[in-house]
Amino acid sequence: MSLTAGVVAVQGDVEEHAAAIERAAAARDHEVTVREIRDSGIVPDCDLLAMPGGESTTISRLLHSEGIAPEIRDHVAAGKPLLATCAGLIVASSDAGDDRVDELDLVDVSVERNAFGRQKDSFEAPLEVAGLDKPYPAVFIRAPVIDVVGDADVLASWDDRPVAVRDGPVVGTSFHPELTADSRIHGLAFFDNEAAAVPWLEGRN
Amino acid sequence: MAENTDLEELRRGTDLVKRGFARMQKGGVIMDVVDPEQARIAEEAGAVAVMALEAVPADIRKRGGVARMADPADVAEIVESVSIPVMGKSRIGHTKEAQILEAVGVDMIDESEVLTPADDAYHIDKREFTAPFVCGARNLGEALRRIDEGAAMIRTKGEAGTGDVNQAVHHQRTIKGAIRKLEGMSHEEREAFAREIEAPAELVHETAEMGRLPVVNFAAGGIATPADAALMMHHECDGIFVGSGIFGAENPPEMAEAIVEATNNWDDPETLAEISKNLGKSMKGDANVDLPEEEKLQGRGV
Repeated sequence: MSLTAGVVAVQGDVEEHAAAIERAAAARDHEVTVREIRDSGIVPDCDLLAMPGGESTTISRLLHSEGIAPEIRDHVAAGKPLLATCAGLIVASSDAGDDRVDELDLVDVSVERNAFGRQKDSFEAPLEVAGLDKPYPAVFIRAPVIDVVGDADVLASWDDRPVAVRDGPVVGTSFHPELTADSRIHGLAFFDNEAAAVPWLEGRN
Repeated sequence: MAENTDLEELRRGTDLVKRGFARMQKGGVIMDVVDPEQARIAEEAGAVAVMALEAVPADIRKRGGVARMADPADVAEIVESVSIPVMGKSRIGHTKEAQILEAVGVDMIDESEVLTPADDAYHIDKREFTAPFVCGARNLGEALRRIDEGAAMIRTKGEAGTGDVNQAVHHQRTIKGAIRKLEGMSHEEREAFAREIEAPAELVHETAEMGRLPVVNFAAGGIATPADAALMMHHECDGIFVGSGIFGAENPPEMAEAIVEATNNWDDPETLAEISKNLGKSMKGDANVDLPEEEKLQGRGV
């Protein structure tokens, strides 16, 4: 079937997510059309959504001023999948610990921004992720960590700190699965998440 | 839950990590600030990062003399005052200023023609650093030489501190035009072109295949209004640096916010019209055509 994917595009690495979605869909023989969301009115047409990395204060501000925030809440309330990475996770969390970010409260976790330090402390490393058979090449850039996990499943931890979680139809990562050619995290979030209410999961065995 | 992550396999300062940082800035506005108060205004307005400076380029121009790295104490104070990334400017070829900025904790170093060059022949060997660098370029040859030296981001040089967007447009058109030409060339024509523009052949081929620079490409130099920012996005820049245009304007918080919104809504004229209303005076500036050649900064560090 043909799917419509949306990438929140008010700021951040949008093309990288679009390309990763296309690769993950192609690997499963799904046709997908990716739309960039810089304005309200597009999210309701989307079967799945990605919220990219960037600056959480900027993304939060524009999501609210452009009227996109309530549409994303409706999307998740309808059980449709959302992948939120790094700044996207901060914005999607229930508590970002920073009043400069107006959280969407879609993932029941609180996060600590820039928890690994500044850019000189940013790193890449292989990461074990629940549901993936081989380690994932994770890129952490001024990354947040998840410091309190509420009603959500931890999918991966780095140095004993949670860095990937699933809460119903939402998958959040503190690293950037869109920066490498490995689209397994996008596959996990959009096509293999049993908790998401999506037409392409219904008919399968 | 998965465990046993191997801490020993952790790698910092790789090309992926440096270029990845630059990618996170895309679609954003990076603003020049000279103190923590300005940094907070920029952050509040939605800037993706701030550039910590001793003086904005328009004031550097007026003041004359040797322009150097800002006092590290002032840079550190700005680093402490905001949660968004902080960048700092070093002189071209001044490895030590860059190391000092890295030690202070800046997230990206701008090896900038706005400061007085420290080396006539060589740029900093940016591959030696963990911190990523941004460098200015007027054309494809300059851009690819900087990337070869390790730059993770390219920006147009424009003509800093003038408030005239003319040269930023010129540089962006020059870079994009050269890439379009490259795309139509055969392998051997690209090799010859690489020699002509004095750029590494490998990067020339990579650029031709991608149809764009292999790193993020921002606009800088003379952007003074929301419409200027939208124009540079229209010319396919990935994001915007604004120097004197914000704190040289009559109403900096409103101007800052308007430039952020215009960068997101660059292709929507009606929204741009609303954003551009009643912002007060923009910086006065100097038209590029009136500027004597010896006062132009863009020829520094080719």
